[in-house]
Amino acid sequence: MIYIILSVFLGLFIMVMAIVAVQTDNLKVAIIATGIVSLFASIMFLIYAAPDVAMTEAAIGSGLSTIIFFYVLNKIRKSND
Amino acid sequence: MIKKVFIFVLLLGVGSIFLSLSDNFKEQKELKGIGRYYAENAADELGAANLVTAVVVTYRGLDTLGEVSILFLTSAILGFILSLKKTGSEDDKQVFLPASEILVTASKVMIPIIFIFGAYVFINGHLTPGGGFQGGAIIASAIVLSILAKPESKISHSFISTIESIAGIGFIGAGILGIVLASGFLDNRIMELGTFGTLISAGAIPIIYIFVGMKVGAELTSILVNLKETKNIE
Repeated sequence: MIYIILSVFLGLFIMVMAIVAVQTDNLKVAIIATGIVSLFASIMFLIYAAPDVAMTEAAIGSGLSTIIFFYVLNKIRKSND
Repeated sequence: MIKKVFIFVLLLGVGSIFLSLSDNFKEQKELKGIGRYYAENAADELGAANLVTAVVVTYRGLDTLGEVSILFLTSAILGFILSLKKTGSEDDKQVFLPASEILVTASKVMIPIIFIFGAYVFINGHLTPGGGFQGGAIIASAIVLSILAKPESKISHSFISTIESIAGIGFIGAGILGIVLASGFLDNRIMELGTFGTLISAGAIPIIYIFVGMKVGAELTSILVNLKETKNIE
Protein backbone atom coordinates (compact mmCIF):
# COMPACT_ATOMS: atom_id res chain seq x y z
CA MET A 1 0.00 0.00 0.00
CA ILE A 2 2.75 2.43 0.97
CA TYR A 3 4.46 1.66 -2.34
CA ILE A 4 1.33 2.60 -4.28
CA ILE A 5 1.03 5.97 -2.48
CA LEU A 6 4.76 6.60 -2.94
CA SER A 7 4.67 5.75 -6.64
CA VAL A 8 1.62 7.98 -7.22
CA PHE A 9 3.41 10.91 -5.57
CA LEU A 10 6.58 10.19 -7.53
CA GLY A 11 4.61 10.01 -10.76
CA LEU A 12 2.91 13.36 -10.07
CA PHE A 13 6.26 14.93 -9.21
CA ILE A 14 7.80 13.55 -12.41
CA MET A 15 4.93 15.04 -14.43
CA VAL A 16 5.33 18.45 -12.75
CA MET A 17 9.08 18.43 -13.37
CA ALA A 18 8.60 17.39 -17.00
CA ILE A 19 6.18 20.29 -17.56
CA VAL A 20 8.64 22.67 -15.85
CA ALA A 21 11.41 21.41 -18.14
CA VAL A 22 9.33 22.13 -21.23
CA GLN A 23 7.72 25.42 -20.16
CA THR A 24 10.57 27.30 -18.49
CA ASP A 25 12.57 29.92 -20.37
CA ASN A 26 15.72 29.40 -18.34
CA LEU A 27 17.81 26.64 -19.90
CA LYS A 28 19.65 25.87 -16.65
CA VAL A 29 16.33 25.22 -14.88
CA ALA A 30 15.22 23.03 -17.78
CA ILE A 31 18.37 20.89 -17.56
CA ILE A 32 18.07 20.49 -13.78
CA ALA A 33 14.38 19.56 -14.15
CA THR A 34 15.26 16.89 -16.74
CA GLY A 35 17.84 15.47 -14.34
CA ILE A 36 15.26 15.37 -11.53
CA VAL A 37 12.81 13.55 -13.81
CA SER A 38 15.45 10.87 -14.43
CA LEU A 39 16.35 10.65 -10.74
CA PHE A 40 12.76 10.11 -9.63
CA ALA A 41 12.12 7.73 -12.53
CA SER A 42 15.03 5.64 -11.23
CA ILE A 43 13.37 5.51 -7.78
CA MET A 44 10.17 4.38 -9.52
CA PHE A 45 12.09 1.58 -11.26
CA LEU A 46 13.50 0.55 -7.89
CA ILE A 47 10.00 0.38 -6.39
CA TYR A 48 8.86 -1.75 -9.31
CA ALA A 49 11.72 -4.22 -8.52
CA ALA A 50 13.98 -3.38 -11.47
CA PRO A 51 17.28 -2.41 -9.80
CA ASP A 52 19.31 -2.97 -12.99
CA VAL A 53 17.27 -0.42 -14.93
CA ALA A 54 17.30 1.93 -11.93
CA MET A 55 21.10 1.93 -11.83
CA THR A 56 21.34 2.70 -15.53
CA GLU A 57 18.78 5.49 -15.28
CA ALA A 58 20.50 7.06 -12.26
CA ALA A 59 24.00 6.87 -13.74
CA ILE A 60 23.29 7.79 -17.37
CA GLY A 61 19.96 9.64 -17.22
CA SER A 62 20.47 11.88 -14.23
CA GLY A 63 24.27 11.90 -13.98
CA LEU A 64 26.06 11.85 -17.30
CA SER A 65 23.45 13.41 -19.57
CA THR A 66 22.93 16.35 -17.18
CA ILE A 67 26.68 16.98 -17.20
CA ILE A 68 26.82 16.71 -21.00
CA PHE A 69 23.89 19.15 -21.35
CA PHE A 70 25.68 21.64 -19.07
CA TYR A 71 28.90 21.25 -21.06
CA VAL A 72 27.11 21.99 -24.31
CA LEU A 73 25.14 24.90 -22.76
CA ASN A 74 28.42 26.37 -21.52
CA LYS A 75 29.96 26.13 -24.99
CA ILE A 76 26.96 27.77 -26.67
CA ARG A 77 26.49 30.50 -24.06
CA LYS A 78 30.04 31.85 -24.35
CA SER A 79 29.63 32.39 -28.08
CA ASN A 80 26.27 34.16 -27.65
CA ASP A 81 27.47 36.76 -25.12
CA MET B 1 -5.24 30.08 -30.80
CA ILE B 2 -5.81 27.47 -33.54
CA LYS B 3 -2.41 26.04 -32.68
CA LYS B 4 -3.41 25.58 -29.03
CA VAL B 5 -6.70 23.93 -29.99
CA PHE B 6 -4.80 21.62 -32.30
CA ILE B 7 -2.36 20.67 -29.51
CA PHE B 8 -5.29 20.02 -27.16
CA VAL B 9 -7.05 17.79 -29.72
CA LEU B 10 -3.80 15.92 -30.35
CA LEU B 11 -3.30 15.34 -26.62
CA LEU B 12 -6.89 14.07 -26.31
CA GLY B 13 -6.25 11.65 -29.18
CA VAL B 14 -3.06 10.30 -27.61
CA GLY B 15 -4.87 10.05 -24.28
CA SER B 16 -7.72 8.02 -25.80
CA ILE B 17 -5.18 5.58 -27.28
CA PHE B 18 -3.64 5.02 -23.86
CA LEU B 19 -7.07 4.85 -22.16
CA SER B 20 -7.99 1.70 -24.07
CA LEU B 21 -4.59 0.25 -23.15
CA SER B 22 -5.10 0.83 -19.44
CA ASP B 23 -8.71 -0.42 -19.58
CA ASN B 24 -7.64 -3.76 -21.00
CA PHE B 25 -4.86 -4.18 -18.45
CA LYS B 26 -5.07 -7.34 -16.38
CA GLU B 27 -2.64 -8.21 -13.65
CA GLN B 28 -0.64 -11.29 -14.49
CA LYS B 29 -0.29 -13.65 -11.56
CA GLU B 30 2.29 -15.87 -13.20
CA LEU B 31 4.87 -15.71 -15.98
CA LYS B 32 3.99 -16.92 -19.45
CA GLY B 33 5.85 -18.08 -22.53
CA ILE B 34 9.51 -17.32 -22.87
CA GLY B 35 9.67 -15.39 -19.59
CA ARG B 36 8.58 -18.51 -17.75
CA TYR B 37 11.24 -20.57 -19.55
CA TYR B 38 13.94 -18.07 -18.56
CA ALA B 39 12.83 -17.93 -14.92
CA GLU B 40 12.69 -21.70 -14.58
CA ASN B 41 15.76 -22.80 -16.51
CA ALA B 42 18.30 -19.94 -16.48
CA ALA B 43 19.84 -20.80 -13.11
CA ASP B 44 20.38 -24.46 -14.03
CA GLU B 45 21.46 -23.86 -17.63
CA LEU B 46 23.76 -20.88 -17.23
CA GLY B 47 24.57 -20.76 -13.50
CA ALA B 48 23.93 -17.01 -13.15
CA ALA B 49 22.39 -15.91 -9.84
CA ASN B 50 21.14 -12.66 -11.41
CA LEU B 51 18.47 -13.68 -13.92
CA VAL B 52 18.57 -10.34 -15.74
CA THR B 53 22.26 -10.85 -16.50
CA ALA B 54 21.61 -14.34 -17.85
CA VAL B 55 19.01 -12.93 -20.24
CA VAL B 56 20.98 -9.82 -21.23
CA VAL B 57 24.36 -11.48 -21.79
CA THR B 58 23.51 -14.96 -23.01
CA TYR B 59 19.92 -15.47 -24.20
CA ARG B 60 19.74 -11.98 -25.70
CA GLY B 61 23.47 -11.42 -26.08
CA LEU B 62 23.10 -10.27 -29.66
CA ASP B 63 20.94 -7.34 -28.48
CA THR B 64 23.65 -6.30 -26.02
CA LEU B 65 26.16 -6.41 -28.87
CA GLY B 66 23.81 -4.16 -30.85
CA GLU B 67 23.49 -1.69 -27.99
CA VAL B 68 27.25 -1.52 -27.56
CA SER B 69 27.67 -0.94 -31.31
CA ILE B 70 25.09 1.87 -31.24
CA LEU B 71 26.97 3.52 -28.38
CA PHE B 72 30.22 3.09 -30.30
CA LEU B 73 28.64 4.66 -33.39
CA THR B 74 27.35 7.60 -31.33
CA SER B 75 30.72 8.27 -29.77
CA ALA B 76 32.48 7.91 -33.14
CA ILE B 77 30.09 10.33 -34.88
CA LEU B 78 30.37 12.84 -32.01
CA GLY B 79 34.16 12.59 -32.12
CA PHE B 80 34.13 13.10 -35.89
CA ILE B 81 31.83 16.17 -35.82
CA LEU B 82 33.59 17.77 -32.86
CA SER B 83 37.03 17.20 -34.34
CA LEU B 84 35.93 19.10 -37.48
CA LYS B 85 35.37 22.14 -35.23
CA LYS B 86 38.77 21.71 -33.60
CA THR B 87 40.90 22.06 -36.72
CA GLY B 88 42.36 25.40 -37.72
CA SER B 89 42.43 27.00 -34.28
CA GLU B 90 45.23 25.03 -32.64
CA ASP B 91 47.33 28.04 -31.64
CA ASP B 92 44.93 29.77 -29.21
CA LYS B 93 44.95 27.97 -25.89
CA GLN B 94 41.83 27.22 -23.86
CA VAL B 95 41.70 29.11 -20.57
CA PHE B 96 40.38 27.19 -17.59
CA LEU B 97 39.06 28.63 -14.38
CA PRO B 98 40.61 26.81 -11.40
CA ALA B 99 38.27 24.40 -9.62
CA SER B 100 37.35 25.03 -6.00
CA GLU B 101 39.53 23.68 -3.20
CA ILE B 102 36.80 21.40 -1.85
CA LEU B 103 36.21 19.80 -5.26
CA VAL B 104 39.94 19.20 -5.85
CA THR B 105 40.49 17.68 -2.41
CA ALA B 106 37.34 15.55 -2.51
CA SER B 107 38.10 14.32 -6.01
CA LYS B 108 41.44 12.87 -4.83
CA VAL B 109 39.56 10.67 -2.35
CA MET B 110 36.48 9.95 -4.44
CA ILE B 111 37.90 9.10 -7.88
CA PRO B 112 39.65 5.81 -6.86
CA ILE B 113 36.60 4.76 -4.84
CA ILE B 114 34.23 5.43 -7.75
CA PHE B 115 36.55 3.50 -10.09
CA ILE B 116 36.62 0.51 -7.76
CA PHE B 117 32.83 0.66 -7.33
CA GLY B 118 32.36 0.68 -11.11
CA ALA B 119 34.65 -2.33 -11.47
CA TYR B 120 32.79 -4.06 -8.63
CA VAL B 121 29.45 -3.48 -10.35
CA PHE B 122 30.48 -5.09 -13.63
CA ILE B 123 32.58 -7.93 -12.15
CA ASN B 124 29.66 -8.89 -9.87
CA GLY B 125 27.11 -8.46 -12.66
CA HIS B 126 26.11 -12.16 -12.53
CA LEU B 127 25.48 -12.05 -8.76
CA THR B 128 24.06 -8.62 -7.89
CA PRO B 129 22.04 -6.02 -9.81
CA GLY B 130 24.11 -4.11 -12.31
CA GLY B 131 26.43 -5.10 -15.07
CA GLY B 132 28.59 -3.83 -17.86
CA PHE B 133 26.52 -0.80 -18.84
CA GLN B 134 26.01 0.40 -15.29
CA GLY B 135 29.63 -0.20 -14.31
CA GLY B 136 30.88 1.58 -17.43
CA ALA B 137 28.64 4.56 -16.71
CA ILE B 138 29.93 4.73 -13.12
CA ILE B 139 33.53 4.68 -14.37
CA ALA B 140 32.71 7.46 -16.84
CA SER B 141 31.26 9.52 -13.96
CA ALA B 142 34.63 9.17 -12.17
CA ILE B 143 36.22 10.65 -15.31
CA VAL B 144 33.67 13.50 -15.17
CA LEU B 145 34.78 14.27 -11.62
CA SER B 146 38.44 14.27 -12.64
CA ILE B 147 37.69 16.57 -15.60
CA LEU B 148 35.79 18.96 -13.32
CA ALA B 149 38.52 18.96 -10.68
CA LYS B 150 41.47 19.26 -13.07
CA PRO B 151 40.24 20.90 -16.29
CA GLU B 152 43.75 21.47 -17.61
CA SER B 153 44.76 17.78 -17.50
CA LYS B 154 44.81 15.88 -20.77
CA ILE B 155 43.37 12.40 -21.26
CA SER B 156 45.06 10.52 -24.07
CA HIS B 157 42.76 9.64 -26.98
CA SER B 158 44.97 6.75 -28.07
CA PHE B 159 44.72 5.21 -24.59
CA ILE B 160 40.92 5.39 -24.67
CA SER B 161 40.67 3.95 -28.17
CA THR B 162 43.15 1.17 -27.31
CA ILE B 163 41.03 0.09 -24.33
CA GLU B 164 37.90 0.28 -26.45
CA SER B 165 39.41 -1.80 -29.26
CA ILE B 166 40.70 -4.47 -26.87
CA ALA B 167 37.30 -4.68 -25.16
CA GLY B 168 35.44 -4.87 -28.49
CA ILE B 169 37.71 -7.60 -29.86
CA GLY B 170 37.43 -9.50 -26.57
CA PHE B 171 33.63 -9.32 -26.60
CA ILE B 172 33.36 -10.59 -30.18
CA GLY B 173 36.11 -13.15 -29.53
CA ALA B 174 34.24 -14.58 -26.53
CA GLY B 175 31.12 -14.74 -28.70
CA ILE B 176 32.90 -16.62 -31.49
CA LEU B 177 34.49 -18.99 -28.96
CA GLY B 178 30.90 -19.78 -27.98
CA ILE B 179 30.24 -21.06 -31.53
CA VAL B 180 33.36 -23.24 -31.46
CA LEU B 181 33.22 -24.63 -27.91
CA ALA B 182 29.55 -24.40 -26.92
CA SER B 183 26.20 -24.26 -28.65
CA GLY B 184 26.11 -20.82 -30.25
CA PHE B 185 27.25 -17.22 -30.55
CA LEU B 186 27.81 -15.59 -27.12
CA ASP B 187 27.09 -18.83 -25.26
CA ASN B 188 28.59 -18.56 -21.79
CA ARG B 189 29.31 -22.27 -21.36
CA ILE B 190 32.79 -22.04 -22.87
CA MET B 191 34.15 -22.39 -19.31
CA GLU B 192 33.13 -24.42 -16.30
CA LEU B 193 29.91 -23.09 -14.78
CA GLY B 194 31.42 -23.31 -11.29
CA THR B 195 29.55 -23.16 -7.99
CA PHE B 196 26.25 -21.30 -8.21
CA GLY B 197 26.43 -17.91 -6.51
CA THR B 198 30.21 -17.55 -6.20
CA LEU B 199 32.32 -14.88 -7.89
CA ILE B 200 33.93 -17.25 -10.39
CA SER B 201 30.81 -18.89 -11.76
CA ALA B 202 28.32 -18.57 -14.62
CA GLY B 203 30.92 -19.49 -17.25
CA ALA B 204 31.98 -16.57 -19.44
CA ILE B 205 29.43 -14.02 -18.17
CA PRO B 206 31.89 -12.19 -15.85
CA ILE B 207 34.50 -12.04 -18.63
CA ILE B 208 32.00 -10.74 -21.19
CA TYR B 209 30.73 -8.17 -18.68
CA ILE B 210 34.28 -6.97 -17.97
CA PHE B 211 34.71 -6.36 -21.71
CA VAL B 212 31.30 -4.63 -21.97
CA GLY B 213 32.09 -2.45 -18.94
CA MET B 214 35.47 -1.40 -20.33
CA LYS B 215 33.93 -0.67 -23.72
CA VAL B 216 31.02 1.39 -22.37
CA GLY B 217 33.31 3.27 -19.98
CA ALA B 218 35.75 4.07 -22.79
CA GLU B 219 32.98 5.18 -25.16
CA LEU B 220 31.31 7.52 -22.65
CA THR B 221 34.73 8.87 -21.64
CA SER B 222 35.62 9.60 -25.24
CA ILE B 223 32.34 11.54 -25.67
CA LEU B 224 33.16 13.62 -22.58
CA VAL B 225 36.79 14.21 -23.55
CA ASN B 226 35.78 15.24 -27.06
CA LEU B 227 33.23 17.70 -25.63
CA LYS B 228 35.83 19.09 -23.23
CA GLU B 229 38.40 19.66 -25.95
CA THR B 230 36.20 21.47 -28.46
CA LYS B 231 36.64 25.17 -28.81
CA ASN B 232 33.60 27.32 -28.22
CA ILE B 233 31.59 28.01 -31.32
CA GLU B 234 32.35 31.49 -32.61
